[in-house]
Amino acid sequence: MTTTTLFFAGLFYVATAILVLGLARKIYQYAKAPAPLKIPTTPAPTTKTGVVMRMGREVVLFESLFKSNKWIWIFGWLFHVGLAVVLFRHLRYFQQPIWDIVALAQPFGKYASFAMVAGLLGLWARRFLVDRVRYISTPSDHLILMLLIGIGLSGMGMTFVAHTDIVSLKIFMLGLMSFEINPLPQDPILMAHLAMVATLMIIFPISKLLHAPGVFFSPSRNQVDDPREHRHVAPWAAELEK
Amino acid sequence: MAAPTFETPKLLDDTATLPIPKIQPGAMQGIKSFVASDKIQEQLGFPGELLPNWKERAIERMGELLKKYRGLQVFLDSCVHCGACTDKCHYYLGTSDPNNMPVARQELVRKVYRRYFTFGGKYFPKLVGAMDLTEDVLDQWYSYFYQCSECRRCSVYCPYGIDTAEITMAAREIMDSVGHGQKYSNEILGKLHRIGNNLGLPGPALLDTLEGLEEDILADTGVPVRLPIDQKGAEVLLVTPSADFFSEPHVESLIGYAKVFHAAGISWTLSTTASEAGNFGLFLGSYENMRKAALRIREAALELGVKRIVVGECGHAWRVAYSFWNTLTGVGAGADDPYGKMLQQQLDHRYKQPSHICEVTYDLIQRGVITLDKSANDHRTVTFHDSCNVARASRMGDMPGGQFIIPREIIKAACNNFHDMSADTIGEGTFCCGGGGGLLTDDLMEVRVKGAMPRMQALKNVVDEKQVNFMATICAICKAQFTKVLPYYGFDMSMVGGVHQLVSTAIQLDTKE
Repeated sequence: MTTTTLFFAGLFYVATAILVLGLARKIYQYAKAPAPLKIPTTPAPTTKTGVVMRMGREVVLFESLFKSNKWIWIFGWLFHVGLAVVLFRHLRYFQQPIWDIVALAQPFGKYASFAMVAGLLGLWARRFLVDRVRYISTPSDHLILMLLIGIGLSGMGMTFVAHTDIVSLKIFMLGLMSFEINPLPQDPILMAHLAMVATLMIIFPISKLLHAPGVFFSPSRNQVDDPREHRHVAPWAAELEK
Repeated sequence: MAAPTFETPKLLDDTATLPIPKIQPGAMQGIKSFVASDKIQEQLGFPGELLPNWKERAIERMGELLKKYRGLQVFLDSCVHCGACTDKCHYYLGTSDPNNMPVARQELVRKVYRRYFTFGGKYFPKLVGAMDLTEDVLDQWYSYFYQCSECRRCSVYCPYGIDTAEITMAAREIMDSVGHGQKYSNEILGKLHRIGNNLGLPGPALLDTLEGLEEDILADTGVPVRLPIDQKGAEVLLVTPSADFFSEPHVESLIGYAKVFHAAGISWTLSTTASEAGNFGLFLGSYENMRKAALRIREAALELGVKRIVVGECGHAWRVAYSFWNTLTGVGAGADDPYGKMLQQQLDHRYKQPSHICEVTYDLIQRGVITLDKSANDHRTVTFHDSCNVARASRMGDMPGGQFIIPREIIKAACNNFHDMSADTIGEGTFCCGGGGGLLTDDLMEVRVKGAMPRMQALKNVVDEKQVNFMATICAICKAQFTKVLPYYGFDMSMVGGVHQLVSTAIQLDTKE
């Protein structure tokens, strides 16, 4: 067993633990903090079903962003949808046998990476070209984009340019899932790809990537517009009535 | 201090969309409203002056708010700096100061949040854009969180619904709690707590005014329309902004409400103790102060034994009434706790509690109870300015968006000539008047005039194309702000007025006698 195999095995255990525990901690924090006042951005749905639909449109179609700015919408949506399809295709490296639907997604998953990287490049270009967006961009905004583009390009390199030993990689990954360490192919592009993915997993719960769970907890989007019909009082606010 | 000199933004002659200005960092950094005195602060339970250990206390207060308000916690974590909001704030469009872009305004708090509450900010502050809380930062907070009218326009366009109003409220609450409050808002809220309304009108002055108005209406119309006050057993308690009692054009709408109740034969009353619908506790972001102010309405309703509570033309008041009264004081329905039930068993739940005066009037028009003569308003060509708090933080009627439909239907029932302003400047995308959220003070005149630019541009377009000469609105702050700001843009100040001012002109008083 080489040192790199051990390193990457360890890295993935650590990254997974940080991702899962970190997100669980944040989600617990969001769920536990009360929303003492009804603050949906109106017009808002008047029923729970309506709220589920609103949230669905927000998460799947980026409805508010569409209203806001068509450039950000098209780049952002391309990137996210591309990423979703690519991730779905990647399930094949974590299962045996492969689900039919995952096998079916294989060709789409390969080409979705182009949409993903194109979207990212568009978003990055805005950080240089639009003075308002340049003003608000921090170094970490640029680094996260570089990281995602790096993941995309290294993955595309292995799909379309220089294939890696995918069979051994799958054995390595399946092994990790049953706490068994098998050799990782010694391919520098693969190692770069995996290292960047692990980095992304690690920074997820401590960065702006928290928008992913955050949107579901956003009171301006997830509240029902019914304040006259139902009395809504947070526990700490109820104390004031005693 | 010398009178501030500034240039009023130029309106364009023919424009479908507003141009987005290039950023001018620091353009509005020096603009600050007056700081509250120790006396004003202490009335609200805040420290009189900046505490010696203000930094520690401010960070501690931020930590408390993060635990009390899910919205604040989620909004501070979720922003990705995508830039969708950067051209949405009327203050940015009017001033070009990048700190008036919603995201940059939020960053003033978010950078401090990161520094003290997140891993990245604690260990890699430069990388993630975190900063220490210093006097300079406090100074920036004081500038820019009083250049936000909490209008929520940004929250419509944010992919995560991040509402800058919530961040502004938190920042103001933190500043108040370390002894650095704003004179204008805090003084007015103090008056409301002490006397019962924002103008500080004592009961006898109010009685006098109402008698005077009754005489005026009688002289005008020959009909004895009453403006009753403290009438036990009346069906309706009307709670309206105190500006309606004294200011022009506000008072015209008050006369309109009185005529509607008269024509419909509904018994109603005002209250000396609840003579204010406005609640600046909202602007401060102080739950306790907002609740304390709202309690006056609960008490008056219980004491007068009314069956219905109706709110006059006031934007933020309607937000507090519609969205928060049930939570704060049980004015509403659906309570299962003894406190809430005490009032709710008294109220008549065939009607929405509370109701907006526009809901009442619209319903009466629909049912044919009152009659309007449209031709009485033929000298007017009318447009409607959606007030931010009504548009994006409340509702009217049963249907989402009723807050846009109902006032327009009333206007159309009261006049023959109505034209909307361009679609992206009304409805949920409406531009704030520029004076909301605690900015309606002369020391912020530059912010108010520049912030009104997007609305003024949209108005100019319908004035030029449709010969509009009257902009109706249902907010006391909008009315006061426009009265002051319209002349800067070359318009007549009497162009602004209330929806019930139009109703007042058109209503037939003798039909249902």
